[in-house]
Amino acid sequence: MAASSLPPQVSAAPDLFPPVKRRHPWVALARRHPSIVIGGGLLLVIVVMAVAAQWLGTVDPNAIAPAKRNRAPSAEFWFGTDALGRDLYSRVLYGAQVSLMVGVAVAVCATILGLATGLVAGAVRALDAPIMRIMDGLMSIPPILLAVALMALMRGSVLNVILAISIAEFPRMSRLVRGLVLSIREQPYVDGAIVAGTALPMVIWRHILPNTLGPVIVQSTYICSAAMITEAALSFIGAGTPPSVPSWGTVMSEGRALWQIKPHMIFFPAVFLSLTVLAVNILGDGLRDAFDPRAGKRG
Amino acid sequence: MLTFVLRRLLTTIPVMIFVALFVFSLLYLAPGDPAALIAGDQATPEQIEAMRRSLGLDQPFLVRFWNWSWQVVQGDLGTSIFSNLPVTTLIAQRLEPTLSLMLLTVALSVLIAVPMGVLAGARQGGWIDRAVMAMAVMGFSVPVFVIGYLLAYVFSVRLNLLPVQGYTPLAEGFRPFLANLILPAVALSGVYIALIARITRTAMIDVLSQDYIRTARAKGLGTMQVLFLHALKNAAVPIVTVIGVGIALLIGGAVVTETVFAIPGIGRLVVDAILRRDYPVIQGVILMFSLTYVLINLLIDLSYTILDPRVRY
Amino acid sequence: MKWKSRVFGPVLAAGLVFSLSPALAETVLRVKPSGDVKVLDPTIAADSIARNFGYMIYDTLFAVDESLTVQPQMVESWSTSEDGKLWTFTLREGLAFSDGAPVTSADVIASLERWAKADAMGQALSARGAVWTQVDDRTFTLGLDRPWGLVLEALGKPGAPVPFILPARVIAAAAADQPVTDQTGSGPFVFVKEAWIPGSKLVFTKNPNYVPRAEPASGLAGGKVAKVDRVEWLILPDQQTALDALKQGELDIAEDIPTDLIPLAQMSPDVVISNQDEIGVAQQMRLNSLVPPFDNPKVRQAALLATNPQDYLDAMASGDDSLAKICRSFYVCSSPVYTEAGFPAPDLEQAKALLQEAGYDGTPVVILNAAENAQINPASLVAEQQLEAVGFTVDVQAMDWATVVTRRTSKEPVSNGGWSIFISGPGGLDFMVPNSHLGLRSNCEGAWFGWPCDATIETLREAYGEAPDLTARQQIAEEVQAKALETVPYVPLIVQYQIRAARSDLQGILATPAPVYWNIGRE
Repeated sequence: MAASSLPPQVSAAPDLFPPVKRRHPWVALARRHPSIVIGGGLLLVIVVMAVAAQWLGTVDPNAIAPAKRNRAPSAEFWFGTDALGRDLYSRVLYGAQVSLMVGVAVAVCATILGLATGLVAGAVRALDAPIMRIMDGLMSIPPILLAVALMALMRGSVLNVILAISIAEFPRMSRLVRGLVLSIREQPYVDGAIVAGTALPMVIWRHILPNTLGPVIVQSTYICSAAMITEAALSFIGAGTPPSVPSWGTVMSEGRALWQIKPHMIFFPAVFLSLTVLAVNILGDGLRDAFDPRAGKRG
Repeated sequence: MLTFVLRRLLTTIPVMIFVALFVFSLLYLAPGDPAALIAGDQATPEQIEAMRRSLGLDQPFLVRFWNWSWQVVQGDLGTSIFSNLPVTTLIAQRLEPTLSLMLLTVALSVLIAVPMGVLAGARQGGWIDRAVMAMAVMGFSVPVFVIGYLLAYVFSVRLNLLPVQGYTPLAEGFRPFLANLILPAVALSGVYIALIARITRTAMIDVLSQDYIRTARAKGLGTMQVLFLHALKNAAVPIVTVIGVGIALLIGGAVVTETVFAIPGIGRLVVDAILRRDYPVIQGVILMFSLTYVLINLLIDLSYTILDPRVRY
Repeated sequence: MKWKSRVFGPVLAAGLVFSLSPALAETVLRVKPSGDVKVLDPTIAADSIARNFGYMIYDTLFAVDESLTVQPQMVESWSTSEDGKLWTFTLREGLAFSDGAPVTSADVIASLERWAKADAMGQALSARGAVWTQVDDRTFTLGLDRPWGLVLEALGKPGAPVPFILPARVIAAAAADQPVTDQTGSGPFVFVKEAWIPGSKLVFTKNPNYVPRAEPASGLAGGKVAKVDRVEWLILPDQQTALDALKQGELDIAEDIPTDLIPLAQMSPDVVISNQDEIGVAQQMRLNSLVPPFDNPKVRQAALLATNPQDYLDAMASGDDSLAKICRSFYVCSSPVYTEAGFPAPDLEQAKALLQEAGYDGTPVVILNAAENAQINPASLVAEQQLEAVGFTVDVQAMDWATVVTRRTSKEPVSNGGWSIFISGPGGLDFMVPNSHLGLRSNCEGAWFGWPCDATIETLREAYGEAPDLTARQQIAEEVQAKALETVPYVPLIVQYQIRAARSDLQGILATPAPVYWNIGRE
């Protein structure tokens, strides 16, 4: 763990360390794919912060104290307080849990749904057209509108936000997987396995699935960051997570009334949201370069 | 070519049916009753029940879906439960602002993002590339409403250069039209610029590694000529594709932008309709969105034949 | 960087700045109303925004002045028979609808009969056997079984639904329980339907056929003189944007701005802040008396004792007592029969004791929270905290307003989709006196959501309408309150004023129970 925070130059200072034949694997990774280390490192810091929120000097993020409203950042309230006197530092830290959970859970859900439908559509000819038409249909409804409609259908809760954004996001994954499957199917060894009489599920499991994983993981990082942004937009139009479970989006939309005179109410959650999305995107770019060596070459 | 277009149009029919059924059943299941909203905060339960009956909301799901589908087939999207105006009228009223906003945003994005992407792709790993990629990632990372508020604060409230809100139809003059739209378009283009710049960069990197580019370079053509004439043309297909895919994203962003800048557009129409359960309006608009989406992607597929001579239908 | 802004600033300004002054000579008033007019019929839609729309385009027989006294408006003269059972009214001369047709007794009767079905005071009239009879084009009578002291109060009531006068032909053309499709009226403004963009813009022009009364405007009464040619209602979905537009002069008046934004509005020298009226809205915590835990009056009393209005004042009105008031009463502070008699101070220990006595078993209190609402959401969170402090189990469920208004019709137990509490702020006009009191109505199934049931209160309400003088009325009001403190149909929180922000060069803005746009002009 500790090595990951070492700057890559360390290996270039041999006089301080005994010469090594093989570089430390973390250092090697950092040299080859700095994006993964930077993005992953930043994300790790945020995740640790979110998980350890309760030990980082926070108070109950939902405890309202109407007498201490709208305080500017100070020694007592590091990020100030909001219009109900809630401590923004605590809300931002606990908000990290919610926003990250939404992002990760949507990425996982959308990936599973997308893999399942995409693999079936790509592998079973008869189901290809119907599945893809349904995906077309879902994709043609703008994600935010779909999520707003789903939020109207279901009570405002974190689970429902996750479900709503997942349904909006997974068709893209499904299309990607289907495309990958179709191209992998053409490969001689897959063709060979089918001709040799291997059962289709086995072909998918052994040959197709492993080959789709790289692009799928990359895509799922983008879904993760898109989900966090979509959640913020949903909060803005009043269809986000419930107020008792504050996400960064909720905190921001609650603070927007006063932002011209109390910019701290939007500033802190916005910076954290942007940094997190940034970290996930950088990590995604790094992973893409790692999985697709051609893109990593200098042009 | 013609058979391709016809076949594509035919395949959109099941898509549309699916969208219609999906949206309809979603709304049918949603709690929230327009009758209770129309009757007002102080209405008694009996008044609400009477209102439900007079609106036909007490009929079973299939009856309502059948009635609605039959109307749609006849080209009638129904009337709004609240305003009593035909849904087609409501859409027509709000088409121009949304269309203008989206076209301006796409134009702005392409003009900014494509050169950015080309330059970034030309020197992968160089400082331009890093700067462009950083900007692109930032574009993805800041919510539209934060950008919108900042722009309005700086350019309208502080500098007094542009109006804060509203929309002026093009018919009333180009300058006021643009003055009202420029901030929303800039706010909305952030994500889109990021998306297009990234794809352009990737496509350029791909193309630049091809043999014919090396040949062109070897022939002594100038770098800019190679980049913008030869390479860009060959990288066009993924770029155009992403513009099409991004339309759905853009419509979603338009909802937020229209809210921040009080633009009477379709995005706001449908969000208000959802919040009020104005079923005919929601169904009509979503159906129209998906039709637009399908048609734009068809146009994009057709544009491949122009951009890439190898593609034929 | 600095030189850049110096060079490009003027260039940008020259290129992009555009003139806001209208080229046309017509005067326009641009208004952001408190919400969107969802249905263009103030009788069918009993909400305040539809009522405000009604005041633009329709006129009323009577209206309240600034001291809430009923004054004649369309009526020129009226008389009562000695037994108080027959009323005769004569309309002013020259009243006409915007299409030119004269306003006749037939129009009045059709309008009042339609209104009486929708309104509680109208129903009270009908319960006294009200019969409307046309005498001639300008004269009509009202016959009653027994006298009623509130006939003029009913005809001049400013709370929704208001007895507006519509053309009889328009009412005949509309289906029962359906909104009218034609907005012809005899009010000071005419609705321009062709320019209507639902959810975005409503346009009104001055009614050339309108004949205002000679008296100066006072409250909703007096001469309704339109001083601008055109009024535009702009629905701005974002409050921040609305305030910016007001500061920049793109908007003249913003109704009902959220308290959070008031400090921001006060920073601009061009904007003045004022209370829309001195009545305010009655913010309250409505309890569901039908299902556990609030089916037990002791548990409801515990909720009342657990409530400290000061926290609500802080959370909903930034603690600023010029924006809201604590009225320790079931009546709003401006009520003629306001009384604090018997109203308890918050007492957590007694609340806990009452809960124990009632054998509260931890059944969750389900709060329907319209989470996107800047008033309801903080109030719901305060309610959660205060109720938990005395031992309630609280479940705050976030939803949108459309879901709240539907869910609250449910009479099921909370385990089956029911509810215990919703927060709402109906207009204070309906919380003034026992007999038109929305929250205290206790006729079981017929009462407002929560369905309180109490025969004593119902009898007292009835008696209030017959009470001979103010002393007797005050007496009844106190008796009603004493009984309501036992049944606790709801918990009063605060009375909150609706705040209007306007450009400082506007003159003649009236303090009225419903915001109106006649009498307003520029310096």
